[in-house]
Amino acid sequence: MNSKIKKDSKKRIFFDNASTTRIDDQVFKEMESYFRENYGNPSSLHDFGELAKNAVESARKKVANLVGASAEEIYFTSCGTESNNLALWGLARALKGKGNHVISSVIEHHSVLNPLKEMKKNGWNISLVPVDKCGLINTKDIENEITDSTILISIMHANNEIGTIQKLKEISLIAKKNNIIFHSDGVATAGIIPVNVRELGIDAYSFSAQQLHGPKGVAALFIKKGTGIRPIFLGGTQEKGRRAGTENVPGIVGFGKACELAKIKMEDNIKYISKLRDNLINGIINKVKDVKLNGSTTDRLPGNVHISFKYIEGESILLMLNMEGIAAASGSSCTSQALKSSHVLNAIGLSPTMAQGSVLFSLGKYNTVEEVSRLLEVLPPIVKRLREMSPIYKE
Amino acid sequence: MVAYSKKVMEHFMNPRNVGEIKDADGIGEIGNPVCGDMMSFYIKVKDNKLEDIKFKTFGCGAAIAVSSMVSEAAKGKTLDEALRITNKDIAKKLGGLPKNKLHCSNLGADALHKAIKDYLDKKGK
Ligand code: FES
Repeated sequence: MNSKIKKDSKKRIFFDNASTTRIDDQVFKEMESYFRENYGNPSSLHDFGELAKNAVESARKKVANLVGASAEEIYFTSCGTESNNLALWGLARALKGKGNHVISSVIEHHSVLNPLKEMKKNGWNISLVPVDKCGLINTKDIENEITDSTILISIMHANNEIGTIQKLKEISLIAKKNNIIFHSDGVATAGIIPVNVRELGIDAYSFSAQQLHGPKGVAALFIKKGTGIRPIFLGGTQEKGRRAGTENVPGIVGFGKACELAKIKMEDNIKYISKLRDNLINGIINKVKDVKLNGSTTDRLPGNVHISFKYIEGESILLMLNMEGIAAASGSSCTSQALKSSHVLNAIGLSPTMAQGSVLFSLGKYNTVEEVSRLLEVLPPIVKRLREMSPIYKE
Repeated sequence: MVAYSKKVMEHFMNPRNVGEIKDADGIGEIGNPVCGDMMSFYIKVKDNKLEDIKFKTFGCGAAIAVSSMVSEAAKGKTLDEALRITNKDIAKKLGGLPKNKLHCSNLGADALHKAIKDYLDKKGK
């Protein structure tokens, strides 16, 4: 092995941008003074407090601007999971007098599915619509589920695993026609593809800073003006009483900056990242036999490469990639703490064997052409080695 | 990554005795009911001893390391000795396994024992 390859092989490569993203240096810099000097509590009356309050409000504008909302419609939370919980419990409880039926889908994130499960135990009726083999919802299925007691529809914007982007506009028209509130989990989309809550006709939208090169521990819920919601955290009057608790000021400042940057660079990033994505997809298909691209070829997130390698299992692929310094994810049951394969892969009808062999490479703005080439070099031999070990492999 | 011991990673990266035996005296195939993976063991028996063992595994890092360790531990042993190898022994030899991976170690010894029983059944006929 020549020394250059050796050196390169020490370099870590992050192809797991669906799990989280590296914070942008500009974002990090912007946050710093809110830890060290301007550490006031926005609720305080003194200058420290006022400075913090102004910082939060200026960030609120930038966050609102990313999704085409107005600042007063943005409520800061601690993470995407909290935003989804607040949306589901908060909206459903505010609408309790009107009905108790909620429609969602089988491929939602666990931070939607698990609250819905709990709501079911608490007297709500929950319907989950299926998806087709690309992961797309047929809006007719939603329409068919609607009853007089339907109060809320919650459908994710894009799926975090297979990257399929739903037709939100069509769903919002159905919701509007039937006078139903519409929430969307936009954690995988905001800052990645253009989002305009007005054009899409959404009443509530969850999104998170860590997915768009902002810090962890801060997210937002957009709630359209005039939409009723009950808080799930009770305490002080922060966020107009809809989300009590001292604001994460440095986090919110970082979130604001990250949204601003994402908005400015959106078009360039989409072009750059989808080109990397297509190179990687084509490269894998050309170099490795018996693979399948999961998800949609047209309605797909720019950075999503979700591939099943037949005859082998995801965790062993990830372990070998990790030895090469490459980070990726898998929907295999062996990689999950619960030892169940991904509910999303089951929902698109992927066979258990193909779900076992699934790997998600999620690309972001910090990935490079060289990194993609490196992956395309190390991946085929890994697949080959594991297939030679597999009792179900047939050439 | 996953909290595997050094020993597990070493066997995973350099598994011993991978492959098939064309004219095997016994074959043991077993599926993992927990996660759906598979393991096959092939044995060659001579003078009541496991002269050769090969395996193929479709599964996680632990499953591959377990198969490799089982094959190493059983090779050259008498059938009785091999039948006495337990899943616990294998996990121990591997420096322990993460809790949610213990079920993979159940596969290894079971598949080997199945191969031995297959041999004994065939011989009995
Ligand atoms: S073989 Fe599936 S978890 Fe080990």
